[in-house]
Amino acid sequence: MEYALEALSISKSYGNYKALNDVTIQVPKGSIYGLLGPNGAGKTSLIRIINQITAPDQGMVKLNSEPLQPHHISQIGYMPEERGLYKSMKVGEQCIYLAQLKGMKKAEAKEKLLFWFERLGMQGWWNKKLQELSKGMAQKVQFIVTVLHEPDILIFDEPFSGFDPLNADLIKDEILRLRDLGSTIIFSTHRMESVEELCDYIALINKSNVVLQGKLNEVKQTYRNRTYAVSVICSDHQRAIRQMKSIVDVEPAEFRGLDNTTDMTIRIPEDVTIPQVLQELTSLGELTHFSEVIPSVNEIFIKTVREDG
Amino acid sequence: MDKLWLILKREYINKVRNRTFVIMTFVSPLIFIGVILLIGWLTSVNNSDLKKVAILDETGENFTALFEDTSDYDYQNLESVTLENALKISTDNSNYGLIHITSDANSEVKAIIYSDDSPSVSFINSIEDRLSKKATEDKLVSEGVDLNMLENSRIDANVALQTYSGVVSSKASSWVKIALGGASGYLLMMFIIIYGNMVMRSVIEEKTNRIIEIIVSSVKPIYLMLGKIIGTSLAGVTQFVIWIILGLILIVVGSAVFGVEAFQNPASQDMVNQAQNTDQIQMIVNDIMQLPLATMISCFLIYFIGGYFLYAAIYTAIGAAVDSETDTQQFMLPVILPLMLSIYVGFFSVIDNPNGTIAVIFSYIPLTSPIVMLMRIPFGEITWWQLAISISILYVSIVLVAYLAAKIYRIGILMYGKKTTWKDLYKWLKY
Repeated sequence: MEYALEALSISKSYGNYKALNDVTIQVPKGSIYGLLGPNGAGKTSLIRIINQITAPDQGMVKLNSEPLQPHHISQIGYMPEERGLYKSMKVGEQCIYLAQLKGMKKAEAKEKLLFWFERLGMQGWWNKKLQELSKGMAQKVQFIVTVLHEPDILIFDEPFSGFDPLNADLIKDEILRLRDLGSTIIFSTHRMESVEELCDYIALINKSNVVLQGKLNEVKQTYRNRTYAVSVICSDHQRAIRQMKSIVDVEPAEFRGLDNTTDMTIRIPEDVTIPQVLQELTSLGELTHFSEVIPSVNEIFIKTVREDG
Repeated sequence: MDKLWLILKREYINKVRNRTFVIMTFVSPLIFIGVILLIGWLTSVNNSDLKKVAILDETGENFTALFEDTSDYDYQNLESVTLENALKISTDNSNYGLIHITSDANSEVKAIIYSDDSPSVSFINSIEDRLSKKATEDKLVSEGVDLNMLENSRIDANVALQTYSGVVSSKASSWVKIALGGASGYLLMMFIIIYGNMVMRSVIEEKTNRIIEIIVSSVKPIYLMLGKIIGTSLAGVTQFVIWIILGLILIVVGSAVFGVEAFQNPASQDMVNQAQNTDQIQMIVNDIMQLPLATMISCFLIYFIGGYFLYAAIYTAIGAAVDSETDTQQFMLPVILPLMLSIYVGFFSVIDNPNGTIAVIFSYIPLTSPIVMLMRIPFGEITWWQLAISISILYVSIVLVAYLAAKIYRIGILMYGKKTTWKDLYKWLKY
């Protein structure tokens, strides 16, 4: 597989505190990669190393298979968790300044900027000072600053925190569009629902170590445990549950059927086959619901972090 | 380098466009002039008070003739009254004071000034002088000395100054040197405090705005730091140049409008005086021309730039270490202390003894050398190797301090929310 970005055996200490311990992640080209982990796990430290804000003590970062070099900063767009812009600077001027710092020519930056301004409905903001904008408006400017120089790799640290739902949706669509245009996207977040929705790959960092990494589907595969949500039309709930308990583990259902159904979450042991379970269920009454409970990223996250201690 | 230029340009434009900066640039000379005019006016109002002073002379030697009315003092002669009555008259008239003159058996003259105010030292001295002069003359006459002969046999001695190599200077030249040295030292101190603070504030602003992480993901922190320091100092130089130009304009305009008195009065009053004045001005110009001007100007630039950079680097580090301006106090001591020390050493030690041990030691210490040296240089006599050592130490320290400041800066700008201590700074230096 071709990787847009690889961080290989990265270690970083601050004094006695080890922020990253032999961390390796590989981000495939054109993917959306979720970097998950509790607060203080080391996500921001890793991102700062990728952005060459700090240097690793050990290990190396490769960008498109080349060792990371100073000129690579123009190929990375970074939206930090702690966001902000110069309050007293005008929007247009500010965006062009920041684009120039990323190595763009002034005329080119201006042209691209006009495109984005139109795209996000920001015409007429050019000469406004940032302090005159609302928070939502400032966030759009922030997003444009991140993507304006059309980097290969976009890094978003908690991209949706602080965005109102409308803007969050807008930004999400833009991120997906950029991915389709060929950018590789790294998300750092602890908001699992956005990971579920967007990420192709995830890495879970806990206490300075990568504890889980891979394609989201495959990770889920390893965490599936033959759990199903089922409903049968059966008026005697007690009997139905008792009968099912003889062959599977039954837990209270996390959903509610519309008819007068018995709803259950069942875990099927290895030695019991699905047809056997189906037979048992249909014997109770009409089967209205039978679907696998796929572990959510949230569950995987909590489980892994807990097991990790 | 492109990026350093970009940052420098933004810092400069941002500073000079700032509304407060523009207002300060054009309003502070007016405020300054206004304060000077106010002080002048207050002094003249203060002086124009006519003070009534009563004199009770009990010596019988006609000391009262010594006191002629002036624009400030109105003397009133009390004759054949007792001291008690004189005091009563004086208080009733709400006089400024009463001078009671007596003499004892040895014909020693004594005087007491009764007053509820505290008469100025110059007033007391002038009375002492007059009494002493008349008493002495009276004594001389009584001993049979001809006063005219005494007066005629007075001979003036004239002391001129000249260096070993034969350069002549006037007595005023020391004052010229002190003024030039003091002014440049003071200028540097003001520049450091005003624009060092400005650099610091702009670092804090980037931290509180949270833009810093975006910037340092595009450029190396050291470029940001240098761009900030240079951009701000250029803005400072711009402001200073505007101030100087405005100052010159105001002086010209001011002397045209108000200055008629100041410049013409002495001339019309006293031609001799004026001649002396032109003489003196010529002497001062002469003195200035004789100063090591080339050395002074080049040293001024070297020490001004060096001193400013050294302190600006410290100010940036402080700005990076704190979250808000109110937190800066604890780190300000190492900035303010050496600045104050240099000014004090300059005014108390350098002027007295430009090549004394203290002056020499402080012109080697990098935090004090810029100001102390600027004050020493007009006095000449600094050997080239002293200059070389002092400048080398200063510039090596700049590199060293800038390196340490950059380390603190690099870490500090990404630290939020925690109050930084001296211990933290030390730790950051080791990262």
